[in-house]
Amino acid sequence: MEEKVKEIIQRYSGDKSYLVPILQDVQKEFNYLPKDALCAVSTHLSVPVSRVYEVVTFYKAFSLKPKGRYQLSLCMGTACHVRGAELIARNVEDILGIKEGDTTPDLEYSFETVGCLGACALGPVIVVNGEYHGHMNIAKSTKLLKNLGKKVATDDQD
Amino acid sequence: MVNLTIDNKKIEAEAGQTILEVARENGIVIPTLCAHESLDATGSCRLCVVEVKHGKRTRIVTSCLYQVAEGLTVDTKSERVLAARRLVLQLLLARCPESEQLQEVAKEMGVEPEPRFTPDKDNVKCILCRMCVRTCEKIVGVSAIGFSYRGTEKNVCTPFKEDSLTCIGCGACAYVCPTGHIEMETTETGDARTIWGRTFKMKTCKVCGRYFAPEDQLAYISSKTGVPADNLAVCISCR
Amino acid sequence: MTKIKSFNELKSVQERFKAGRDPKKPCITICVGTGCLAYGTQKLVDNFREELAKRNLADKIDFRTTGCHGFCERGPMVVIAPDKVFYQRVGLADAGEIIDKTVLKGEIIDRLLYVDPATGQKVVHEDDVPFYKKQTRLVFGQNSKVDPESLEDYLAIGGYAALGKALTGMKPEEIIQEVIKANLRGRGGGGFPAGWKWDSTRKAEGTPKYVICNADEGDPGAYMDRSLLEGNPHLVLEGMIIGAYAIGSSQGYIYARNEYPLAIKNITRAIEKAREAGLLGENILGSGFSFDVKINRGGGAFVCGESSALFASLEGRAGEPRAKYVHATDKGLYDKPTNLNNVETWANVPFIIEKGADWYASIGTAGSKGTKIFSLVGKINNTGLVEVPMGTKLREIVFDIGGGIPGGKKFKAIQTGGPSGGCIPEKYLDMGVDFDELTKIGSMMGSGGMIVMDEDNCMVNVAKYFTNFLVSESCGKCVPCREGIRRMRDILADITEGKGREGDVELLEKMSTAIIDGALCALGSSAPNPVLSTIRYFRDEYVAHIKEKRCPAGVCKDLITYSVNAEKCTGCTVCSKVCPTGAASGERKQVHKIDVVKCTKCGACRESCKFDAIIVR
Repeated sequence: MEEKVKEIIQRYSGDKSYLVPILQDVQKEFNYLPKDALCAVSTHLSVPVSRVYEVVTFYKAFSLKPKGRYQLSLCMGTACHVRGAELIARNVEDILGIKEGDTTPDLEYSFETVGCLGACALGPVIVVNGEYHGHMNIAKSTKLLKNLGKKVATDDQD
Repeated sequence: MVNLTIDNKKIEAEAGQTILEVARENGIVIPTLCAHESLDATGSCRLCVVEVKHGKRTRIVTSCLYQVAEGLTVDTKSERVLAARRLVLQLLLARCPESEQLQEVAKEMGVEPEPRFTPDKDNVKCILCRMCVRTCEKIVGVSAIGFSYRGTEKNVCTPFKEDSLTCIGCGACAYVCPTGHIEMETTETGDARTIWGRTFKMKTCKVCGRYFAPEDQLAYISSKTGVPADNLAVCISCR
Repeated sequence: MTKIKSFNELKSVQERFKAGRDPKKPCITICVGTGCLAYGTQKLVDNFREELAKRNLADKIDFRTTGCHGFCERGPMVVIAPDKVFYQRVGLADAGEIIDKTVLKGEIIDRLLYVDPATGQKVVHEDDVPFYKKQTRLVFGQNSKVDPESLEDYLAIGGYAALGKALTGMKPEEIIQEVIKANLRGRGGGGFPAGWKWDSTRKAEGTPKYVICNADEGDPGAYMDRSLLEGNPHLVLEGMIIGAYAIGSSQGYIYARNEYPLAIKNITRAIEKAREAGLLGENILGSGFSFDVKINRGGGAFVCGESSALFASLEGRAGEPRAKYVHATDKGLYDKPTNLNNVETWANVPFIIEKGADWYASIGTAGSKGTKIFSLVGKINNTGLVEVPMGTKLREIVFDIGGGIPGGKKFKAIQTGGPSGGCIPEKYLDMGVDFDELTKIGSMMGSGGMIVMDEDNCMVNVAKYFTNFLVSESCGKCVPCREGIRRMRDILADITEGKGREGDVELLEKMSTAIIDGALCALGSSAPNPVLSTIRYFRDEYVAHIKEKRCPAGVCKDLITYSVNAEKCTGCTVCSKVCPTGAASGERKQVHKIDVVKCTKCGACRESCKFDAIIVR
C-alpha cells in the first residue's frame, strides 16, 4: 500500500498543493481511503496528519469507509428536487434501511445524494456504478433496487 | 500615518494597522472572541464587526482584519453592527448553553438568548474560535489537532479522533481556549497529565524537583533547537 | 500536429482544415455530451460506426461526435448535413435506417422528426426548430460544429484566430481596453466587469501572476460550464491565453468540479493538443509569450466556487474562504495577483477580440452586454441549455423557447442564481434578463441556472431545500453562516411540519439581515436570498403553513392527507400494489380507500394512479 501511495505522490511530483487530487487517486485505487494510506500520504508528502484528515473530512468526494458493490447516487439538484427527488430519496432509504451517505452492513449498496449531475432533462436521475437511470419516480426506484437484488416489502403483495 | 474617524473621534494611526488595533490603542472597546495578540486574525467569530464608510460605500467588516485608510469613517455601534453582534451571541448561546464565559459576554453586551433557538444538548463548549488549532500549528508547530468535517459538523479533534502521536502534551491549546472546552487533567502528584486522550509523563526540574513539563515536550524542543534535553530540564522559576 | 510558429502559419493551417470540410459532403453529427450519454447515446454512436463500416462508407460520409447542442429534452439527437435534417429521440439501433434512408437517399424518417406542439407541424431542418430558432447561439452554437477531441475541427471553423490577432497585433493594454469597452461582465454569478479585473491584476505588484478558470459550477441545476468545457474546450482555452497575455501571466489553472469527468478528460486532451501545436506553452505562435495551464479537480464542495475557497483548495487545503478586504487581484492564489474568471466568461473573450468590442456591446442592454447561456430546467417542456441576448424577456425564455409548463400546469415561479438567488413570480415574466434588474427584484443572474416551478411546488419547501443545501455546504468557519443558516433551516422545517409559530417570518427576516451583514463570504451573505424572496412574493404560503397548518401546494408531508376520490376511482388496484404499508387497499373494481393511520405519504399511489383519483390536501 505504501508503495502505491508513493507512486501516486510521484505522479504529482510530490507537490503539496496537489493533496486533493492525490487523495482522489488513492481513493480510486483502494475504493476508499484506508487510514494507513492516509498516514502514508502524510509521511511522504510531508503534510501533518491533522491536515490530511481535515481535507479528507471536508470534501464530500472522500470516503473513510469502504463503498458498497452497487454505488447509487441520486441527484438532488434543484431541477430534480422540483420533480420530486425528495420522495425518491426517502423511498430508497426505507428500502435499503440506511440513511443517505451510508453503506448497507453487507457492503452491497451505498447510497448518496449529490448536488447536481447536470442531466436535468432526465430528472430525477439515479446513477448506479456510472450507469444513468433517468425519469425516475418512486415506483421505478423500487423496481431498480429489486433488479439489483434487494428484497422489498411489497414483494409479498404480488 | 493615516487620519481616520472612529465613533466621531479623529484619530491618527500608522498605515498597515487594523481598525481593532487602532481602536484599542485609543480606548475604544470592540468585543472579540477569536482574536489573540499572538495569533494572526482569522475573522471567524464576527463579533468585532464595525460599519465603515470609505467614499460613498458603506460596509460591515471585521475590525480585526480591515486595515485603516486615509479618510475612513468607522462606526463601532451602529444599528447594523449591534444587530449582527446580537445574532452572533444568540447563536453561540444556543450552541453552548452551558458556557459561563459566553453568558458573561452576553450579559456585558446586553444580549438575551433568542427563545426560538432551541439550545443544543450535547454539552459542547467549543465555539470554534480556532485559537487552539492556530496555536498548535503556528506557535507550537506540531499541528497535533485540527479541524474535521465542515459546517455544523465541524469540530476540533485529533486525526481520526484517535490518540495523536504528534501531541507533546504542552497544554497550550487548553490554556488558550476561552471557554474551557479543552480538558487537561493532572494527577495529584503532578507526575502525569492527560490531554486529548493521551497521558504524558511529566519531567521534574533539576533544581527544585517539581514536575513542570511533559517529557515529550522537552524532547520536541530539544529536537527543534539542538539543545540537549537535559539542559532543558529546569523550570521557569528556577531559571 | 507540428508546432505552428507564426500567425501567418496559423492562418494557412486554418485554411487547410477549413478546405477539408466540404459543406456539401454528407455529415452525420451526434451529440455525446453527458446528458445525451445518459440516454445511452454511446450505443448509437457505436451503431453508426458499425453500419458505416459495413457499407464501406467510412470515407465517403463524415461522422462527427460533438458536445452538447442544448436541446437536452430531445436526446439522443442526430443532425445530417448538408441539409441539416434534425432527428430527435433517436432509437439506439436506428443507425442503419438513418444511413440507408436519409443519408443515402434523402428520405425523411417521419417518426424521428420534432413536432412543434404549438402548430402540430413536423420540423425537418435544425434551423427551423423553434427551440433553436428563437435563440442567439453565438457562443454555444459552436458546440455543434466541433468534435471536442479534435483541434483540427476548431481550427477549421477559425479557432485561435483571435489569439493570433491578440498576440501579434495588439498590446496587452489594448486588449484590456477592448474587454472593458465590451463591458463583459462575469458569467459565474458576480457580474463583475472582467476588463477591470484584468486591469487590476495587470497593475498589481508581485509575480508570478495567475490566471484561473473557475469550472466548479456548483449551483444545482446549472450545467452550462460543463457543456462548454466538454464540447468546446479550445474556445475556453483560447480565452484564457488571451487573458493571460493581457495580464502578464505565465501560469494558469483550470479548477474543475470532480463530478465532471468528461469535461476534465476533454480539456486535458485539448491542452495537450494545443501544446503540441505551439498554441500553448513556450513562445506561443512565435510571439515570445509563454503560458501554460494545469488542471485541478475539486473535492466536492460547493463553497469552492467562491474564489478564496477555490484558492485554498488549489493550495491543498480545506476550502475555507477568507476575508476579501484585500482583493484577489492583489493577493490571491499563494498571495500573488490572481485573475479568476468563470468558464463562460473566458469563452466570450475570443469573440470580443475577433469581432470587436463595439459589435459585442451592440448586443444586450445598457448594463448587461452580450449573450448568456442559461440552463432551463425543472417544470418545463424543453429542458436544456439556452443562449439569448441579455435583455430577453423571461416570458420568451420560458414559453417561446422553453415550450411552457408540462401537463398544462400553471407557472408559479422561476428561480435564478442558484442557492444565492431568488424566486421570481409571474408578475415579472416580462422583465428582461439583466444583471442589475434581476438583483433589484431580489434575485440575481448567478451562473445561469433557471429552475421553473409550477402550482404543485411549495415555495416554503423550496426555501427549506436551498437552506438545507447551504447547511451541508457551509464551510463552518464563521458563526453567522454555520449557526445562523441552520437555525433558519430549523425554523423553516418547523413551518413545513406544522410547527411554525407566530413571529417566525419576522424572525427569519431579522436573522437574514444580520447574516447578510455578518457572514464572512458570499455563500453566507447570499444564503438568506431564497428565503427572503419567497417571503416577499409568497408570504401567503408561509402564513397558511403557520396559521392554518396547511400546505396550499400539497407538498409538505405533515400537512397533507392522502385520500381517494370516489368519483374517479375505477378499482384498478394499482395503488394498493405499490403501497409499501398497505394503507391503500380495496377490491378489484371497487372504490379503494386509504387508511390515514398507515399512510406514510410516500407518494407512490399518486404517482401510479392513471385516473387522477388520489387527492392530496
